[in-house]
Amino acid sequence: MDLSFLVVQFLSGLASASSLFIISSGLTIVFGVTRIVNFAHGSLYMLGAYFAATLIPRLLDLSYGAPSFWAGVILSALAVGVLGVVMEVLLLRRIYRAPELFQLLATFGVVLVVQDVVLQAFGPQDILGPRAPGLRAPVEIMGRRFPSYELVLIAAGPVVLGLLWLLLHKTRFGVLVRAATQDREMVGALGVNQALLFTGTLFLGAFLAGLGGALQIPKAPATARMDLDIIAETFVVTVIGGMGSIPGAFLASLLIGQLQAFGILIFPKITLVLVFLLMALVLVVRPYGLLGRPEAPAGAHAAAFGTPLRPWSSTEKGIALVVLAALLALPLLGDVYLIKVATEILIFGLFAFSLHFLIGTGGLVSFGHAAYFGLGAYGAALALKHFGVPMELALPLAPIAAALGATLFGFFIVRLSGIYLAMLTLAAAQILYAVAFQWVEVTGGDNGLVGVWPAPWASTRLVYYYFTLAFAAAAVLGLRHVIYAPFGYTLRAARDSELRADAVGIDVRRHRWLAFILAGAVAGLAGGLYVFLKGSIDPSALSIPVSVDALTMLLLGGLQTVMGPLVGAAVLHSLKDQIMPLTELWRMMLGLSIIAMVLLFPKGLVGAFEAARERFAGGGR
Amino acid sequence: MTLLAVRGLCKTFGGVVAARDVSFEVALGELLALIGPNGAGKTTTFNMVGGQLAPDAGAVVLHSQEITDLAPREKFRRGIGRTFQIAQTFLSMTVAENVQMALISCAGETRAMASDARRLHREEALEILAPVGMAHAADRPCSTLAYGDVKRVELAIALASRPKLLLMDEPTAGMAPRERAALMELAASIARERRIGVLFTEHDMSAVFAHADRILVLVRGEIVAAGSPDEVRANPRVKEVYLGETGVAAAERARRAPP
Repeated sequence: MDLSFLVVQFLSGLASASSLFIISSGLTIVFGVTRIVNFAHGSLYMLGAYFAATLIPRLLDLSYGAPSFWAGVILSALAVGVLGVVMEVLLLRRIYRAPELFQLLATFGVVLVVQDVVLQAFGPQDILGPRAPGLRAPVEIMGRRFPSYELVLIAAGPVVLGLLWLLLHKTRFGVLVRAATQDREMVGALGVNQALLFTGTLFLGAFLAGLGGALQIPKAPATARMDLDIIAETFVVTVIGGMGSIPGAFLASLLIGQLQAFGILIFPKITLVLVFLLMALVLVVRPYGLLGRPEAPAGAHAAAFGTPLRPWSSTEKGIALVVLAALLALPLLGDVYLIKVATEILIFGLFAFSLHFLIGTGGLVSFGHAAYFGLGAYGAALALKHFGVPMELALPLAPIAAALGATLFGFFIVRLSGIYLAMLTLAAAQILYAVAFQWVEVTGGDNGLVGVWPAPWASTRLVYYYFTLAFAAAAVLGLRHVIYAPFGYTLRAARDSELRADAVGIDVRRHRWLAFILAGAVAGLAGGLYVFLKGSIDPSALSIPVSVDALTMLLLGGLQTVMGPLVGAAVLHSLKDQIMPLTELWRMMLGLSIIAMVLLFPKGLVGAFEAARERFAGGGR
Repeated sequence: MTLLAVRGLCKTFGGVVAARDVSFEVALGELLALIGPNGAGKTTTFNMVGGQLAPDAGAVVLHSQEITDLAPREKFRRGIGRTFQIAQTFLSMTVAENVQMALISCAGETRAMASDARRLHREEALEILAPVGMAHAADRPCSTLAYGDVKRVELAIALASRPKLLLMDEPTAGMAPRERAALMELAASIARERRIGVLFTEHDMSAVFAHADRILVLVRGEIVAAGSPDEVRANPRVKEVYLGETGVAAAERARRAPP
């Protein structure tokens, strides 16, 4: 390994750092002012890439030359900026005061919508972009060839940083952005037109995302998967740099760019693991990122239970018994397909229930719960495929594998709270996703593992249904019992008031860690049951959409009820089963439904219910 | 007998000195009030004693054991209960459950997963709620209480561990005048009866001068006066920097000015 190689590697690290910074700066500016983590930032980046890949060739046809190319880049970014404005006016404006969970979910709804729109508008194929005129030939650096376009990218990062500095320090808009980042309430109190400020900020943020996407085009094609690929990286950058800090984002981009450039030499398969280690290290030393500031404690919590827990009334006990009896009797209908769907609902209900334990009882809004579902599934599948362990032993390994993963990730995750916590859970899940995807020898990569079938005695749909029902019912009732036990009360105490919990002797962090492990184990059990139902597992089980499905189930069932997630799982999964085969636009429908739910119940279903009751009481007087 | 000894506490935030060489002692059964204008460093001092904030220098000694750098939860286990300026309770629980939660923590049962939390320590919780006058509301959700009652519940939580030292940061802030006097009266009588040392901050001077055994006056992070209520009331420096700062004095001067 000679010096010239290291230099070239360093330069390509700088180039990817530049791209990463341009995208992340947009996310961090938007967060600083609006306090919303815009999940759809990756979608805006993807749109920038698609716009550029289709627009620039046309401009080059009109007049070939560098001006056309760069005009195309800027025009694409501007178009994305306008879409950012549309998004602010139609959606974000309505959810500034909503709990973080709802903000993340609503913007994820936009991700789903954009995915289907892109598919409809640009087709399923990757679109290769043109090379930049004048920058097609590589340059020679210390005897090695280096793409000249990457040199432009290296310069682009600092240029954007400089322009942003000028914008933020020399213009009225910039001063307002900085002021709002420090104290949004005060800026409002001073009579600043907040609507205009926020719209402007979204334009800037979206413009930067679009710019990042457009600049990427000569290097890599526009693909339909780039939105979620980039968002995890962007989250990592903003968390390491400190939310809302532009210099922090720059610093973090440089670190990650170099880490990836050199990490690939040491651990070619798992550079993402290095990135996670860096993030973990930074967060342990500086929980608010390198250049971030501590957040004021978040006000609204999505799961704030207004009312104390009550034991089941006799009616509720009756309902539970009827439901259980119905589930036991379901196979009498003799419909094999129905039994399969019901088994799936039981598994997803259990998965959603474990997430609800974490969010509702623990107050830990996880956006990457699929990680533990997937760990369980892979754990059982790997034991069976690689070590020939029978199902009876492989299935118990599922919750154990998931609990081990939750122990490791949870150690870092519970050090954070609020939005940082949500982003770290998501990043952890994305890293596992990447490992499952890239470590082909063990996980089978994209194809996953196949032929993971249950033991012969449990292989019929009917037996496996009862098998799943037994595990799911036991786990749900067990976890419900924990909610009512001192451990559950302790978690709720820490959720209601960390200060008070600490002052009565509760080690908040340790209890949250245990809750994370427990919820992870139950999710892992669900994953284990899932893999033996399907007979196979692939990385999509760990992906963001699976995490979001579980969150949607909670939202549907109502965050404030203990058994709500089971209802939500039943509703969402049945809808999916019925509607998905009928339409190509399932994701768009799901996304729009999530957005509609968030907008209709911005304070959760309890809030909506109480508002309705107040209105009713007011009208009666 | 000295219960709490605070020695030379210092804390700066950036360039602002919030506490400079703050030293005092609290005896068993003694009520010590910490007063001073806004920004004097009362809450900072308080949080350093309670463990919410780490001091730059100095020591906090409870029963001749140094506890300076312990976390709040560890200080709680050594016998320090506290209430907050803005009452901190578990709003999703009933009044009794709030106290039961503290008792569960005292008993080291927070990780138990088998028992039913609502049945644990309920009798004891009711006994603790009786003296603060909240036993009748034991099963009401804490979120439905008036703020004055929330403050009483918070006091009950703080007393649940039978603390030796009680820290009360502005116990009557945000309450109606009549409730203020009653709550202060209640806290003082419980403290004297159980020989609990109390350190409290307060802006309501009638509460301070009616109940404190001794008063410390803090200005810009420094103790400028200390002594019995009478001594402090008569202290010219205190009049100048704190009591005299009130608008009343300014109004007096303005009225006496020639037309």
